[in-house]
Amino acid sequence: MTHPGEEAHHGGESADAGWALETSEAARSYPVRTEADLLTVRHAVRDATEELGFSLVDQTRVVTAASELVRNAYVHGGGGTLFIDPLRQARGVGIRLVVTDEGPGIEDARQAIVDGFTTGSGLGHGLGGARRLMHTFEVHSVPGKGTMVTAVRWTDR
Amino acid sequence: MNRSEASARSILTGVLERQQTAIAERWVQVQMERGEVGGGLAEDELREEADALVAALSSGLAGDLPVERVVAQHRQLHDAVTDLSMRRARAGTSPTATSLAVLSLKEALLACVAEESLDTRGSLAVARVVNRLVDAAGALSFETYVEGREEIIRRQNRQLMELSTPVVQLWREILAVPLIGNLDTARSQVVMENLLEAIQEHEAAVAIIDITGVPTVDTSVAQHLMQTVKAVRLMGADCVISGIRPGIAQTIVQLGIDLSGIQTRATLADALETAMGLTGQRAPYAPEHP
Ligand SMILES: Nc1ncnc2c1ncn2[C@@H]1O[C@H](COP(=O)(O)OP(=O)(O)OP(=O)(O)O)[C@@H](O)[C@H]1O
Ligand SMILES: [Mg+2]
Repeated sequence: MTHPGEEAHHGGESADAGWALETSEAARSYPVRTEADLLTVRHAVRDATEELGFSLVDQTRVVTAASELVRNAYVHGGGGTLFIDPLRQARGVGIRLVVTDEGPGIEDARQAIVDGFTTGSGLGHGLGGARRLMHTFEVHSVPGKGTMVTAVRWTDR
Repeated sequence: MNRSEASARSILTGVLERQQTAIAERWVQVQMERGEVGGGLAEDELREEADALVAALSSGLAGDLPVERVVAQHRQLHDAVTDLSMRRARAGTSPTATSLAVLSLKEALLACVAEESLDTRGSLAVARVVNRLVDAAGALSFETYVEGREEIIRRQNRQLMELSTPVVQLWREILAVPLIGNLDTARSQVVMENLLEAIQEHEAAVAIIDITGVPTVDTSVAQHLMQTVKAVRLMGADCVISGIRPGIAQTIVQLGIDLSGIQTRATLADALETAMGLTGQRAPYAPEHP
């Protein structure tokens, strides 16, 4: 049922939002409450990818994916939080983006990822595009509770 | 309204009528002494302001609006307070100084009331009315001040946006907008308006939107660009997007955005060449190709 690099989870697995935040101690969080925050977080992601040694094109990919996810949290989720998690592991160097919000959630995550699907006035390419720009991509959403999107990109692949 | 308040009000109304000039003078004095003015307001401006406000207060109090609503609902008084606050917001006076200036009217009023021979009870009742009036004026002033500052910020933002989105005429019938920075909804609106106006003014046939200086092109930026192109076409002009760097080109493809209906070029020079072709013009020299 799951696409490569994507899993859609439904239903409340635990008491509150239904998932656990998995970020390392190096992760930093950024609020996404205003349009100006979108700009701030793009800069933060740009700086983080540059420091981790991503190529210019890959920096652009990660920043663009982050931009899509935080805009979704802002527009559809009523605001949320971005966690930037630098990964320095035996398998390589990468970056994990985690975007959470406590908005209305996504009814059907698999449908939402399909290009052209939108409940707003956008192009409906944000989620699908972000997924293609990153190496792994997971959407956890509980209708009525909120949404968490986790995406990773490595430097050397 | 109880009787002591009614009589306190009529005492105060009387004081205001008889001592209007003295109260205004004293108020200006208090403000000058405290150094609460700042922002280049001269003494005669303060004096004018004070005269207007004290006169308005006098007429407001003489009317029949209840004390707690006089400031908000007496037209002349309301306007005198908001004018004063707006003027200070524009002059760059600090919010504290603005509030204190309004609140120091209390001192001026009470000093003049003290010259009437009132018993303790009477002066207390008058002081209470003065407090309520001036506190209401202080609250209104603060609110207006904040609105004034916000208005200034909005205006400056807009000016900045317009400055950073110049439309330039590159050639006969050919315009270009070099975009630099973040292209959010508000900014793309300004770009669109300026561009459409310029097309009409210059009777342009081609508009080049150069995005070399736009760091991130996500779906929202792409959508803004597509809407701008659509609007340009509705005016009967052609549109070319230039400055698409390799990284941006790849991300646009990965986002699955179809720009195939739009003419895109790598550089502004390429776009100009295309535009010359579209308008049937020839460059006086062959553009260089590496
Ligand atoms: N954080 C979220 N909370 C609630 N719903 C969401 C969230 N993120 C996405 N969605 C839903 O998924 C749909 C598709 O999202 P996607 O980002 O692909 O497109 P879009 O935001 O509508 O347009 P755009 O192309 O401008 O991004 C949205 O229209 C919305 O219904
Ligand atoms: Mg989106």
